[in-house]
Amino acid sequence: MHEYSLMTALMERVEEEASSRQALAVHRVTVRIGQLSGVEPELLASAFDIVRTGTICAGAELRIERVAARWVCPACGRTVDPSNGGPRCQPCGAPAALAEGDEILLGQIELEVP
Amino acid sequence: MCETCGCGDPQLVSVEIQERILSVNDRAAAHNREHFAAHGVLAINLMGSPGSGKTAVLEATARAFAGRVRVAAIAGDLETERDAERLRAAGIPARAITTGSACHLDATMVHHALHHDSLHGARLLFIENVGNLVCPAVYDLGQAFNVVALAVTEGEDKPLKYPVMFRRADLVLVTKTDLLPYLDLDSGAIDAALARVMPKPQVFHLSARKGEGLEPWFGWLEEQLALRGGPDASHPAHGHHHD
Repeated sequence: MHEYSLMTALMERVEEEASSRQALAVHRVTVRIGQLSGVEPELLASAFDIVRTGTICAGAELRIERVAARWVCPACGRTVDPSNGGPRCQPCGAPAALAEGDEILLGQIELEVP
Repeated sequence: MCETCGCGDPQLVSVEIQERILSVNDRAAAHNREHFAAHGVLAINLMGSPGSGKTAVLEATARAFAGRVRVAAIAGDLETERDAERLRAAGIPARAITTGSACHLDATMVHHALHHDSLHGARLLFIENVGNLVCPAVYDLGQAFNVVALAVTEGEDKPLKYPVMFRRADLVLVTKTDLLPYLDLDSGAIDAALARVMPKPQVFHLSARKGEGLEPWFGWLEEQLALRGGPDASHPAHGHHHD
């Protein structure tokens, strides 16, 4: 259950941003979570419900954007389908690289400012 | 305009951040990585399920490198110093990190352990992570390589069930191969499953208890040590800054 410790780190960053802008409230926090990031969006949402109580995020919505895994061949740039024999480029034989899908990102914060 | 006092209405602003949520851990990991580079330390993050044989592999490795390479270890567990004690009994300095309820090690925990005198002077440092196939994969510790131990008794489907962990593995050690005669399992099926999730599969099969199949693993470590070179003499042991 590392989602709770991730959420604690996220809240610290959001509170820092809110306080530097003298925000009155946080309306929305948008995060991007990759399919292969090792983070479970449902657990992250539950952690948010626990952690936000009594903070500037008490009334905020957590928007989780899920990012599907996308593999590419670093040699030829082709998109690689890993379900077809693993994450390697069939024509080149090169190990594929994950272009998207391992992110654990804080995207945007929507703040109410005076 | 607010009708009560004439102040301006609050307004909504959207602030672009686009930062990794683990940026604090990433900075601590970068700090550890600089420390390892400056001191010529090869740091290995050893992960795997509880009971996958991580400590047994390290005991065998400690014995094999005794007198030739200075090996040290940091062992993470929720409770007890048992793994660190086993590693000290095998002849290497080892520090325990007891995480309480945390399911993984993070870069700051490793950094604190690195300040302990007993680990100074090591050229090969193993960070034995908390036994878990999920959470440790998420945290960079500053290691050069991720090595995952997978016991044959865990079954061939584990790489497919835990792709995040195995995707990040630079090397997988399939352990406890001496138990294969008692299992309804073909070890080739483990290799096939690993090839479906690892971009560049590198796998050694071994039994630490019987001392079988360990040579490729030792050879791989020797190769990485040779590539790394020695410590940079311009860096004194504690001459580094913290944020």
